Amino acid sequence: MSAPTRAEVCVAACADAWAGDGEILASPMGLIPTLGARLARLTTAPDLLLTDGEAYLLAESAAPPDTAPVEGWLPFGRVFDLLANGRRHVMMGASQIDGFGNQNISCIGDWSRPRSQLLGVRGGPGNTVNHATSYWVREHSPRVFVPRVDMVCGVGNDRAASGPASARRYHDLRLVISNLAVLDFAAPGGLMRLRSVHPGVCAGDVVAQTGFALAVPGDVPQTRVPGEEELRLIREVLDPAGRRDAEVSSGG
Amino acid sequence: MDKSMTIAGAVAQISDGMTVGIGGWGSRRKPMALVRAIARSDLRELTLVSYGGPDVGLLVAAGKVKRVVCGFVTLDSIPLEPHFRRARRDGLVQLTELDEGMLRAGLQAAAQRLPFLPIRAGLASDVLRVNPELRCVTSPYGDGEELVAMPALTLDVALVHMNRADPGGNAQYLGPDPYFDDLFCLAARRRLVSCERIVPTAELVAGGPVQSLLLNRVMVDGVVETPRGAHFTSCVPDYGRDELFQRRYVESAASDQAWSEFRSRFLDGDEAGYLAQVDALAGAGQ
Repeated sequence: MSAPTRAEVCVAACADAWAGDGEILASPMGLIPTLGARLARLTTAPDLLLTDGEAYLLAESAAPPDTAPVEGWLPFGRVFDLLANGRRHVMMGASQIDGFGNQNISCIGDWSRPRSQLLGVRGGPGNTVNHATSYWVREHSPRVFVPRVDMVCGVGNDRAASGPASARRYHDLRLVISNLAVLDFAAPGGLMRLRSVHPGVCAGDVVAQTGFALAVPGDVPQTRVPGEEELRLIREVLDPAGRRDAEVSSGG
Repeated sequence: MDKSMTIAGAVAQISDGMTVGIGGWGSRRKPMALVRAIARSDLRELTLVSYGGPDVGLLVAAGKVKRVVCGFVTLDSIPLEPHFRRARRDGLVQLTELDEGMLRAGLQAAAQRLPFLPIRAGLASDVLRVNPELRCVTSPYGDGEELVAMPALTLDVALVHMNRADPGGNAQYLGPDPYFDDLFCLAARRRLVSCERIVPTAELVAGGPVQSLLLNRVMVDGVVETPRGAHFTSCVPDYGRDELFQRRYVESAASDQAWSEFRSRFLDGDEAGYLAQVDALAGAGQ
């Protein structure tokens, strides 16, 4: 089997975010996180609940967006119930994210009259104060990794720490996975830290593409590459059409 | 009681400045025939409460909207709503931006005639910064938790679109998700339901499992039969989203002229004229 592509490394890194999560709902936003959640279900997190992105829970982990056999029903109202109940790990996108993990998907510029209106806060405020949250960023750049986000949708570690106790009771930021690296929040004060770099990327590349002072340990490991069986699952079962490579370019 | 009425009769119940809740979600099962009729009307200064899709974009573009209360506006298969984006950039519409769960809590409070309901969502986020009228409440019990006191979002009118209804106002969804259409109706003073087909009660009940009867007649004031009335949003299993037409709608936001052309071709006539133009467009594309 040929060597893993960058997209496949990202899929495996996303899958690792859900490893060991047990019997909870995985809510991936976007293709790479979706492939990651479905890979996790086939490998390290067999009890995960998967959705088709609409109202069905899937009995089997298959290629999205094909509808696999169904095991249950989860319309939006039930998702709201389950997220407040905490049995969920979401992986959202981020148009902007800062060093404390505050995330913005609402708008760019001054909120009262934005330069660019985006999606809106969606479920970001509620997700982040209720259950585990990770992020996927498909193009790691200083435009996304910013010193300050224009609108705090997903709550970061500084906001949670300085807010009321009820804001941090279930606050649980886990990982940020980008096309260049895996990052966590293990630096002092809950700041973002470079956890691993994808094959072909060096720590300096990540620092150069990050718009705030990133904590970089002395020795940054390489991101785990998917094994033979994981590659087979990604290539033959989950994404035989190769849509992942249009999401993330091979990039060395 | 026979609550059936025409599109015009339904829209006549709406007045300038009213708060109008619109059911569905994104570009899914939106009461678009009623939305189009509002776009054609003289109504103005409306406040819309919605899990927003082209209902919001179309009414904003038509100049009917003073304020939008929402957590997002999206076309689903096309993530960003171009008319809403334009209006925000140009400062043409006010916004009350809420977490999706906060929006539901506000509707639940209104439905239960409560002044507010507590919710964790919103804490420590900028939702509280951009909505300075929002307050928190401290639990009176031993935990002392501080939570957002989401105020009731009481609606003057709710507009929802269902697959089937009977003339008395019992109504049925046949797709996978009820969205929050029942809650929109309970939160509103006037409840107007459009549907693909009005059928006798026995046929309605026979048409799906009893759990699909989302609305009962105590929740509904008016029923309008609007075949393809959710077009171009999805209304499964009757029809899916018309992606081709949705792209055409997106293109209409490119310039004032593009909107003016879209409006005169698709909106300035009545609903039958709209559907005829939609069919003509689909025929030309084949």
